[in-house]
Amino acid sequence: MSGTPQVALPRWVDIGLLPIINLVQALLVAGLVVLIIGVNPLEAMRIMAWGVVQDSVSISYTLYYATDFVFTGLAVAVAFHAGLFNIGGEGQAYIAGLGATLAMLAFDAYLPGFLLIPIGLIAATIFGAGWALVPAYLQAYRGSHIVITTIMFNFIAASLMVYIGSDILRPPGEMVPSSREFAPAAYLPHVHDIAAWLGIEMPSTPLNLSILWAAVCCVFVWVFIWRTRWGYAIRAVGLSPKAAIYAGISPKRVIMIAMCLSGALASGVALNQIIGYHHHMLLDFVAGAGFTGIAVALMGRNHPIGIVLAAILFGALYQGGAELSFEIPTINRDMVVAMQGLIILFSGALAYMNRPWIARLYLMFDRRAVLAEAT
Amino acid sequence: MEDLWLQLVSILSATLRMATPLVFAAMAGMFSERSGTIDIGLEGKMLAAAFAAACVAVVTGSAWVALLGAIIVGILMALLHGLACITYRGNQVVSGVAINIMAAGLTVVLGNAWFGRGGQTPDLAPAARFMPLKIPGADNAFGIPVVGPVYSNVIGGHNLLVYMAFITVPIAWWVLYHTRFGLRLRAVGEDPKVVDTAGISVAWLRYRAVIIAGTLCGFAGAYLAIAQNAGFSPQMTAGRGFIALAAMVFGKWRPWPAMFACLLFGLLDAIAIRLQGTKFPGIGEVPVEFIQALPYILTVVLLAGFVGRAMAPHTLGQPYVKER
Repeated sequence: MSGTPQVALPRWVDIGLLPIINLVQALLVAGLVVLIIGVNPLEAMRIMAWGVVQDSVSISYTLYYATDFVFTGLAVAVAFHAGLFNIGGEGQAYIAGLGATLAMLAFDAYLPGFLLIPIGLIAATIFGAGWALVPAYLQAYRGSHIVITTIMFNFIAASLMVYIGSDILRPPGEMVPSSREFAPAAYLPHVHDIAAWLGIEMPSTPLNLSILWAAVCCVFVWVFIWRTRWGYAIRAVGLSPKAAIYAGISPKRVIMIAMCLSGALASGVALNQIIGYHHHMLLDFVAGAGFTGIAVALMGRNHPIGIVLAAILFGALYQGGAELSFEIPTINRDMVVAMQGLIILFSGALAYMNRPWIARLYLMFDRRAVLAEAT
Repeated sequence: MEDLWLQLVSILSATLRMATPLVFAAMAGMFSERSGTIDIGLEGKMLAAAFAAACVAVVTGSAWVALLGAIIVGILMALLHGLACITYRGNQVVSGVAINIMAAGLTVVLGNAWFGRGGQTPDLAPAARFMPLKIPGADNAFGIPVVGPVYSNVIGGHNLLVYMAFITVPIAWWVLYHTRFGLRLRAVGEDPKVVDTAGISVAWLRYRAVIIAGTLCGFAGAYLAIAQNAGFSPQMTAGRGFIALAAMVFGKWRPWPAMFACLLFGLLDAIAIRLQGTKFPGIGEVPVEFIQALPYILTVVLLAGFVGRAMAPHTLGQPYVKER
């Protein structure tokens, strides 16, 4: 990802201005598409924005969607820091859902909630990390390209889950591939449950305590990447594997650690969806969150704070998009998917398109500032 | 016995039909990657092309114009990839992912807005599609034992695009290994500096490679929407772009082996449904899902270096920067 001669820009341009410009570019193209299908883009924007902020229900939904994207965004970011592109977040989260389900099916008749939920989370994390470790091993020790293997593992996970959901876990008499419902002890409390317990009235939404785990993960990732020896090793390998070897760091071990953590983070989706909301295993519960994570990590510049902001933005896009397709049926919900693609295009693939002219613009203003001081 | 033979014939015939989009897309990926540009976006280009083919077919009612439309959209998507990867030296995997996701979203949005069927296009009349061709004497030949059904159903009875796919392979082979352009294309993937030193534009060579890839993805998409099916349905590529990518890796970035990998994966696709519920002696029932996942599993095993070694073009994924 290097190779272009770059002007050093101040941090606020790199982490603040550029992502906003990318977002505006994506919005402009999306607005053009909306215009092509005969809808006023400004009206569409207004409906979307109102659809997000209108009441506590819409805000709760936004945060519920954002929770998934924090997990997958962090997963992509940690791998990015090691110079790895983990496209497999989708499959890792999916398999994590299997881990959570198996743990709940095994123990929900015997254990109380305060033991069940940690066990479910640990099982999910082990499964998700395990699913990431195979491509990691193949990359580190067999030299297979991790992009290809993680893509393949997404498809293998999908087939495996269809098989397990329809042939093994499906309760008798049930038509849809799924598992049986967990016992209520295995439900992660909803935020509105907690609020009611505290005496605050809140409408019932899928938002659950996974959001706290997401916050913990953010802090953990920040400490791990920037404040520990392993994080240093990860960043060193990401910047220059050769230099890292001279420093006595083993890139192979770093690949294993980074991917293990990446898979573990993606597993948070299983906590939010399976333990927190659906309470049984179902097909396709990840619903593209693994891919949204790529857009979130790119926009959030691989930093937990940026990722939280980008995740909330995407949560808002999902919630606003749902509202928009409800109000204007000509605009399909998949407009949000197209937006994601555009954001990945502008902030990832075309990242070097904007930088030169912004750098030129910045230098122009900067020189003026210098001149003004001189006179 | 006769019955078993006919069943085998029908499986072989289905294999060719399943393999066709894979062959087009695998050749597309091969051209792009041999020139040093990673092409994760085969799926998206195919999907966008399929949508374009269906839309143009609905409007004009002509299969040929629809094919042209699919090719144009395929090339436009490829040029976007080229712009990001070659001109702006962006991350090629990210660009491919962007193309896949944009195609997945935009096709449904536009389709829903234009035709109001949740992204589906209206059913096409036979004139707007590539229909199965009758080869000479197919009806009479069918009666001939053993070879008759092979002649009329495996060799014949397909639409034009199936034949074009398999003609693409020797052409691709000839272009890559027996033309000056092909030599330069392979060289630019192995060592762009050498090509640059010889005074040949690295960027223009790579652009031509991605344009070829876009064209072939156009054929693949048109096949899905207006030959194999009678219209576009959302996400109709269903991972075929990635299977084609797998076939290309499986074939070690070479045309003939890649085609055989496509045929193998096409065969797996053709037998997966037929094998449902069949019990094998000693193994028992093989889940359909396992057969469906087999292309991916085989590719991972190959990539892991347990069966031979998959050798990618040497500078695959690295943007070229002229030294100043």
